[in-house]
Amino acid sequence: MSHKSFVWLCLLPLAVLTVAFFLLPMVRLVVTGAEGPQGLAGYLAILSEPRYRATLVNTVLLAAATTVVTLIVATVAGMFLQRHRFPGRAVLIAMLTFPLAFPGVVVGFMIILLAGRQGLIGDFSNRLFGEKLVFAYSIYGLFLGYLYFSIPRVILTIMAAVQKLDVGLEEAARSLGAGPWAVQRDVVLPALAPAFVASGAIAFATAMGAFGTAFTLATNIDVLPMLIYTEFTLAANFSISAALSVGLGIITWFILALARSFSGSAVAATG
Amino acid sequence: MSAQAGHGASVRIEACGKTFADGTRALEPATLEIARGETLVLLGPSGCGKTTMLRIIAGLELPDAGGRVLFDDKDMTAVPIERRNVGMVFQSYALFPNMTVSDNIGYGLKIRGIPNKERAARVAELVALTNISGLENRRIDQLSGGQRQRVALARAVAIRPGILLLDEPLTALDAALRDRLRGELNRLLRALGITTIYVTHDQSEAMELGDRVVVMQKGAIAQIGTPREIYFTPRRRFVAEFIGAANIVEAAIEGGYLVLPGGRQPIHCDVDMPAAVAMIRPETIRVTSAGSASLSGTVDSVSFIGDRQRLVVSGASNRLLTVDAPNTVRVRLGERIGLSISPDAVRLLPPEN
Repeated sequence: MSHKSFVWLCLLPLAVLTVAFFLLPMVRLVVTGAEGPQGLAGYLAILSEPRYRATLVNTVLLAAATTVVTLIVATVAGMFLQRHRFPGRAVLIAMLTFPLAFPGVVVGFMIILLAGRQGLIGDFSNRLFGEKLVFAYSIYGLFLGYLYFSIPRVILTIMAAVQKLDVGLEEAARSLGAGPWAVQRDVVLPALAPAFVASGAIAFATAMGAFGTAFTLATNIDVLPMLIYTEFTLAANFSISAALSVGLGIITWFILALARSFSGSAVAATG
Repeated sequence: MSAQAGHGASVRIEACGKTFADGTRALEPATLEIARGETLVLLGPSGCGKTTMLRIIAGLELPDAGGRVLFDDKDMTAVPIERRNVGMVFQSYALFPNMTVSDNIGYGLKIRGIPNKERAARVAELVALTNISGLENRRIDQLSGGQRQRVALARAVAIRPGILLLDEPLTALDAALRDRLRGELNRLLRALGITTIYVTHDQSEAMELGDRVVVMQKGAIAQIGTPREIYFTPRRRFVAEFIGAANIVEAAIEGGYLVLPGGRQPIHCDVDMPAAVAMIRPETIRVTSAGSASLSGTVDSVSFIGDRQRLVVSGASNRLLTVDAPNTVRVRLGERIGLSISPDAVRLLPPEN
């Protein structure tokens, strides 16, 4: 057997898996999306149908807000955790990364315990103002849940990036007269830009497609995964749910590509 | 460049020690004075405390309680580095990768709120001074090591600092480039006339650049002096061996002579000592014929270096003796040769304890 055919033989299992579990279902999904009464135009429904469009905008806004807030919180926390040594640090890091193990259902459950009808926040506001503050079943509850499981993912990436930062750069900036804010703005944040793009992309994509938390909180929250679910199971609208699925994938991919190319110059410059 | 002549502060550090949180003593309390416009070199092996001293002067480390740092007799101990007006060049250069060459050089001026036009003029001046014309819009990763070194220096000097601090600025470069840049750096520092503190582990750099050299060992100052003083009159065996090549001779002194296995060597010392330690530089030993010499030995090896040849001679002292002979002297391996050394060239060292 020649060296080349040996390599091909080794790649065979991968090829079979790729075709069976990735390519075929994808193709089937794309085909199904075009099999509705509107045909190929079904794909445009995600943009043309007002209800779908509003859901799309909602989902993108929610994912974007989750990404931005996650990055801010995780950067501050990650920088602190990487730069300081104190008793209990290892335990704190372990706790912060704990939510990685939870499925969306558990996260949703925890949000209900916190901000649901019998939740802690409701109890607290009831005693203080005589009114129950309940937001677990809305998009705000979902936002909180997404934050909860995005932060651990991002914080680990940021901590690794902070560790690789050249402390000399910060000292050089200070020697040239830069105060703490200027050092962050001119040196630290630009150097962390690649980590922001990488971890932000994961946070964004996860928030776009997450389902378990939304499903646990309420079935009528306006996000795309929930819409796909209702179209599929309740309305049995296979073609529309397939078209929406493809749309969700393409739009997420497109926004990530856009973010990457925007930050491309910054990434290249810091590389 | 004449605009900067005479710009510079004097520095005094008083009883500055440094103990790290884990209890290691990086620097024994040291006191040191650096005159306005002087170039002082902190020289020593790694871990000797030279970088710690530089960082205390810079304001990147706080000295232990009781230590004080003064610029022009003003107490700066509690002033952070960003308000000390020091220019610093780091071993890694620490150039900002997200900025161009000219943005790097102009960064300190931008922070100080200097208007664009004035800043551009100053950057252009430094680009010309450090010989990096044509690289202004390059990114840092497009520069060679030597170019980075120049940019780092230009950036540090751009802010017209009172004190210039250089932490092993040539160590990251290869040997040939290092030699060339050393000469260039020397001319530049002389032209700028700023008070300069230069950290290195390379004794030839220290010799060439320093008005005075501070030799450091294990967190303490071993000797301070001009390069000549350090070389010719080391006060410790460590200094003698660290600066240049040195033969250390352990022998008894009797009647003004070192008593050696290969004969007797006159020394300026009237006191008899049973166990003295002396230093003899290899280039001060002259090769003569064995017959008439009061000190002789056997040639163990000959290395022809070009401008001179290095002989290793056994049997003369209690250990092998290194001799730098002119390249014209013909010696054979195993030949018995005489060694003539002026008593002026034999430096008595205090015994190590």
